[in-house]
Amino acid sequence: MQAKIQAIISRYGSDKGFLVPILQDVQRELNYLPEDALVMVSTLLEIPLSRIFEVATFYKAFSLTPRGKHLLSLCLGTACHVRGAPLLSGHIERALGIRPGETSPDLEFTFETVNCLGACALGPVMVVDGEYHGQLTIAKTNAILRDLGRKVPSDEEA
Amino acid sequence: MSDTVTLKINGRTITASAGSTLLAAAQSANIYIPNLCSNEELTPYGACRLCMVEIAHGKRTRMVASCIYEVAEGLEVQTVTERILNVRKLVIELLLARNPYHPRLLKISHELGVQASRFKEDVKGCILCGQCVRTCREVVGVAAIGFKGRGRTRTVATPFDKAPADCIACGSCAYICPVKVIPLEDKNNVRTIWKTEFPMAVCKKCGRPFAPEKQLAYFRKIANLPENHFDTCIQCR
Ligand code: FES
Ligand code: FES
Repeated sequence: MQAKIQAIISRYGSDKGFLVPILQDVQRELNYLPEDALVMVSTLLEIPLSRIFEVATFYKAFSLTPRGKHLLSLCLGTACHVRGAPLLSGHIERALGIRPGETSPDLEFTFETVNCLGACALGPVMVVDGEYHGQLTIAKTNAILRDLGRKVPSDEEA
Repeated sequence: MSDTVTLKINGRTITASAGSTLLAAAQSANIYIPNLCSNEELTPYGACRLCMVEIAHGKRTRMVASCIYEVAEGLEVQTVTERILNVRKLVIELLLARNPYHPRLLKISHELGVQASRFKEDVKGCILCGQCVRTCREVVGVAAIGFKGRGRTRTVATPFDKAPADCIACGSCAYICPVKVIPLEDKNNVRTIWKTEFPMAVCKKCGRPFAPEKQLAYFRKIANLPENHFDTCIQCR
């Protein structure tokens, strides 16, 4: 891990001003931001750990806990909200047994809600592992979950 | 370029040194602007929004936080208008919802004629003025604490909510806190702060505990003092 972090930081010329992109790269590499990784970043960049913790907890995109293999980001922005996204959120929560912002214990799924993905015309929208799914329905959501290997009882299909 | 600027506050002509803040300029002219998060010893921060004032831009006016707004030549400032009072009342009510018992907040709300907060109480104590965080960083220089999260869930915290490795137990954060919500306890030669116990150094002459060992070690290090420099307390020197 040390070598990976060292490499990322030197790519940015050890410039403190690039803390956010550095943390993004670390997270991409390690799937989340483990405590010892942040301690290392703090030492190498000579930024106090308290400051790094501040930045890492400020942005929703950073996670201090391990994230699932699959990332589901459901939009709860205004447009998606009025088109029924909260229903889908409840449905996904029940299907995965986790609340927004959480990761399933088997580390398969991380489910999060976001505020507007900038694709309002497609609402309700969910980004699944980087891919946009628009005009979502319960049935479509079930299909997505099934594709990702989650058993969803068929009587829940609408 | 001269190093002073002339501006008007509430119609009064005032000279202030260039680069100072509106709040500082007003204060040195004895014009009162309520404020909570500003502190002369710390970098301006603009968190509490109590110090809002109205500045004129031609025919229009604009509201700015006076503690982070620099004085400028010819600026016209009003510190008490209806618009400002409304904002201040709103702010103090929001602060009261977080901390309804602190004398300083109650004093300001009294000044503003606020009887009670119209917001549901959600007592957190801390009003997030950030003076503790700034003091730890700028005055003490150890940066042991910081903010955590954002929005409604923002708090002041130690990294990972663990025992703070960089903390020297000096207690400056607890001292500077305007609403006194950072617990600090000295008992049995131990200081407890940020849920961490720090042993106190005991004076070799009178036997009283007088400062946290870590703080003394930090002083010795930054001032290059000999190992035995703090063997005795101030009274026994
Ligand atoms: S509200 Fe969902 S994409 Fe804009
Ligand atoms: S004193 Fe200016 S925002 Fe707090």
